[in-house]
Amino acid sequence: MKLSVTVTLKKDVLDPQGKVVLNTLSNLGMNELKSIRQGKYFEIDINETDEIKAVKKVDQMCQKLLVNLIIEDYKIDKL
Amino acid sequence: MKSSVIVFPGSNCDRDIAVALEKMQFKNQMIWHKETTLPKSDLIVIPGGFSYGDYLRSGAIAGKSSIIEEVIKAANSGCLVLGICNGFQILTETGLLNGTLLRNKNLKFINKDINLKVMNINSKFTAKYKANQILKINIAHNEGNYFTDRKHLDELNKENLIAFKYCDEKGIIANKSNPNGSLENIAGIFNSKKNILGMMPHPERMIDNLISNTDGVNLFSSLIN
Repeated sequence: MKLSVTVTLKKDVLDPQGKVVLNTLSNLGMNELKSIRQGKYFEIDINETDEIKAVKKVDQMCQKLLVNLIIEDYKIDKL
Repeated sequence: MKSSVIVFPGSNCDRDIAVALEKMQFKNQMIWHKETTLPKSDLIVIPGGFSYGDYLRSGAIAGKSSIIEEVIKAANSGCLVLGICNGFQILTETGLLNGTLLRNKNLKFINKDINLKVMNINSKFTAKYKANQILKINIAHNEGNYFTDRKHLDELNKENLIAFKYCDEKGIIANKSNPNGSLENIAGIFNSKKNILGMMPHPERMIDNLISNTDGVNLFSSLIN
């Protein structure tokens, strides 16, 4: 089963990279931009057919390694 | 005193710290990260560098390596642990120190000598410094912007667990003297028992007038006594 993990910075954590991307896009004439936050994305192929179990395992991966829970939030989706 | 320096693929300040420790009369051993036991040590140092190429997050992969379990055990039983630069990042990833190190606010890798103020001399690491002493120490990092939650920041302040802050030449701690956007200009912190110190600046680069200055010497000589 394939799952994805999207990792984003928590709301109150400064994201200088997102800011620079936003500034650059604005310089390219895209003035309608309000904000941009940069994150990380993982595609995980797991030997598990039961969706609930698979999500649980990927959740453990997030907690143990993929995500720094102090500054990041994450979302797991089925692909 | 015996010291162990943990070496990861990508560590690049391991030799420098070994030279500093030996100069201060430590009996030092280099420990490869795949080892599963640590020799008996009074001090464990996690050196600077780019362990695992900073993949995922700085220090994240090194923080899960097999030797780290032993470091955590030793730290919890009171062994002195010093993490410098990438070593500080690794210590936060292991949970031995709270908080984390974000990308520098200006998005640039900063390599320069900056001023630091010694905030607490009541620790084994800083005992030989004078209260509020101003040091000139090199920093060289891309992720040195210390961040933690409000509760932990209050604890750091209340329990006097901030070891060093970035300041100017006169010792003034302000935004202007903050090189990387670090919360409250924090450059180094202790754990609650003060047997663990994590810091972004490199004291091991400041042990000889021939190449820099000697402002880092007291950190190591504090430990040897």
